[in-house]
Amino acid sequence: MSAMVGSGGYAKAAPDNGTMMQSAAEHKGCRTAAKTAQAGCGSRTSQGDLPSEIWEKVKKHPCYSEEAHHHYARMHVAVAPACNIQCNYCNRKYDCANESRPGVVSEKLTPEQAVRKVLVVATAIPQMTVLGIAGPGDALANPAKTFKTFELVAKAAPDIKLCLSTNGLALPDHIDTIVRSRIDHVTITINAIDPEIGAKIYPWIFFSHKRYTGIDAARILTDRQLQGLEMLSERGILCKVNSVMIPHINDQHLVEVNKAVKARGAFLHNIMPLISAPEHGTVFGLNGQRGPSAQELKTLQDACEGKMNMMRHCRQCRADAVGLIGEDRSAEFSTDQIMKMGVKYDLATRKAYQDRVEDERAVSVVALQQELTQFAAETSAIKVLVAVATKGAGLINEHFGHAKEFQVYELSTSGAKFIGHRRVDVYCQDGYGEEDRLSTIIRGIHDCHAVFVAKIGGCPKSNLIKAGIEPVDQYAHEFIEKSTIVWFRSYLDKVKSGDVQHEERGDAAIRQGALISAA
Amino acid sequence: MPFKIIASQCTSCSACEPLCPNVAISEKGGSFVIEATKCTECIGHFDEPQCVAACPVDNTCVIDTSLPRYQAPA
Ligand code: SF4
Ligand code: SF4
Ligand code: SF4
Repeated sequence: MSAMVGSGGYAKAAPDNGTMMQSAAEHKGCRTAAKTAQAGCGSRTSQGDLPSEIWEKVKKHPCYSEEAHHHYARMHVAVAPACNIQCNYCNRKYDCANESRPGVVSEKLTPEQAVRKVLVVATAIPQMTVLGIAGPGDALANPAKTFKTFELVAKAAPDIKLCLSTNGLALPDHIDTIVRSRIDHVTITINAIDPEIGAKIYPWIFFSHKRYTGIDAARILTDRQLQGLEMLSERGILCKVNSVMIPHINDQHLVEVNKAVKARGAFLHNIMPLISAPEHGTVFGLNGQRGPSAQELKTLQDACEGKMNMMRHCRQCRADAVGLIGEDRSAEFSTDQIMKMGVKYDLATRKAYQDRVEDERAVSVVALQQELTQFAAETSAIKVLVAVATKGAGLINEHFGHAKEFQVYELSTSGAKFIGHRRVDVYCQDGYGEEDRLSTIIRGIHDCHAVFVAKIGGCPKSNLIKAGIEPVDQYAHEFIEKSTIVWFRSYLDKVKSGDVQHEERGDAAIRQGALISAA
Repeated sequence: MPFKIIASQCTSCSACEPLCPNVAISEKGGSFVIEATKCTECIGHFDEPQCVAACPVDNTCVIDTSLPRYQAPA
């Protein structure tokens, strides 16, 4: 069908390399763990010492496994419009088709429409392995629609993993249904465990037929969130906790949150930056509450790391997002479109495709390990950040000019550690020239020493050099970790020989174009 | 004394709909509406009108003062 645009960037063949794949089939050894053991892993990039039954659950989940998010896609369906709390960073009135932000969707779906959408997308994008219900309100404030959708999808597409995001207020009431619905991942947004702090984030909640405000509201919410988390952990359901970092409100406190959720069995903690601007019309947007800078975010994530797995690859995608994380293809799958598109749900084709993806992952793991052995004897205190333009598959395969975001890696003699994304697309294209776009990018990756791209034009190249960021295009279409480590080795050599002077770089700005959902 | 929903403010989030003890709320033309004859202000059921307490937009579920009994006597 002509409406199916699925071939594009997705259908590229995986590298065909049977032998290398054999040796890495187990994905052993964490990429960051070469010298630091498991604590340095960030969110898991490979099995490491994870119990096998957990690895099985997360291995193809783009949100839970940092490595998987380069290879597998997830989708959200917007079947849950109602919410039962109010967050100061969310404006539930606001809806704009140009805006990619969680919590905001342009279309609401019925459970029946949602299932059709899932099948259409699963046909067009065979590596779509995860279906999430995250909003646009709260999944558990709409239990009938949410669980109906999961039930229908489980029947029609049994290989798709189901996940649910919630603010946690209603969570303790639905534990049995969650277990029964075969949901294997739950994300709870917990921004505070101290009601005094919570009261600055949540103006009110609606709970057992009453509206609560202030500290009472925050106390009930916190209790229910932690209780729900405990109950799920007891039942063996994997839980991720999301926290929004709000400078001067909960930034210091999130270290406590991290401890509390870890003690209750959370598998992963994802600290996301507050994104806030007056034009969003949120309380925080209007009262001038700022979001954290890239450095502030990284410092907090580092402080919590070692205590548990941190997730640094979350892109805060919106509730109807479709595609690899970081790439939103939802416009191709509007309700009108999906009703016209054919459904040929075929388990075997999907399985074959996913097997190829597994091979692709294995090859990139081997390539990295070969490079890392070169470092075995070397240690250096120098750490640098680099930005990478990529379309996925773990390759440097995006043009500088087309990149909507960059992946940032921290390079050291212990390896290349993924630390996050920098979105660089400007809030509104109108009225911004090329010059503005370039300076937005430079501000967004200002803390990086180099930017790796598949291709780059002469003009942006010289501007980057002027800003002190080295444009690197000689590793086009090669593996990210391997290439950045090769580059880093030659950088260290140049520092040693005195050719370059190693200097720390400054901070970078986090793009303020999107909002964060309640769940 | 029935409530009404100010359509221009309603986000159609549906939060109020299942909460009404009298099933007075339904979706009509992309927005939610209250059937005036069914609304009892939740009196006898709950301490607070449920639609007001759950609605994310302040002053969207309000007493319908356009009804004759609220008009000043002629
Ligand atoms: S919002 Fe975050 S957790 Fe949800 S799918 Fe997107 S990246 Fe994953
Ligand atoms: S006030 Fe109560 S009875 Fe009236 S519409 Fe709202 S929820 Fe229903
Ligand atoms: S809760 Fe408020 S915004 Fe939501 S549907 Fe009801 S009246 Fe509309």
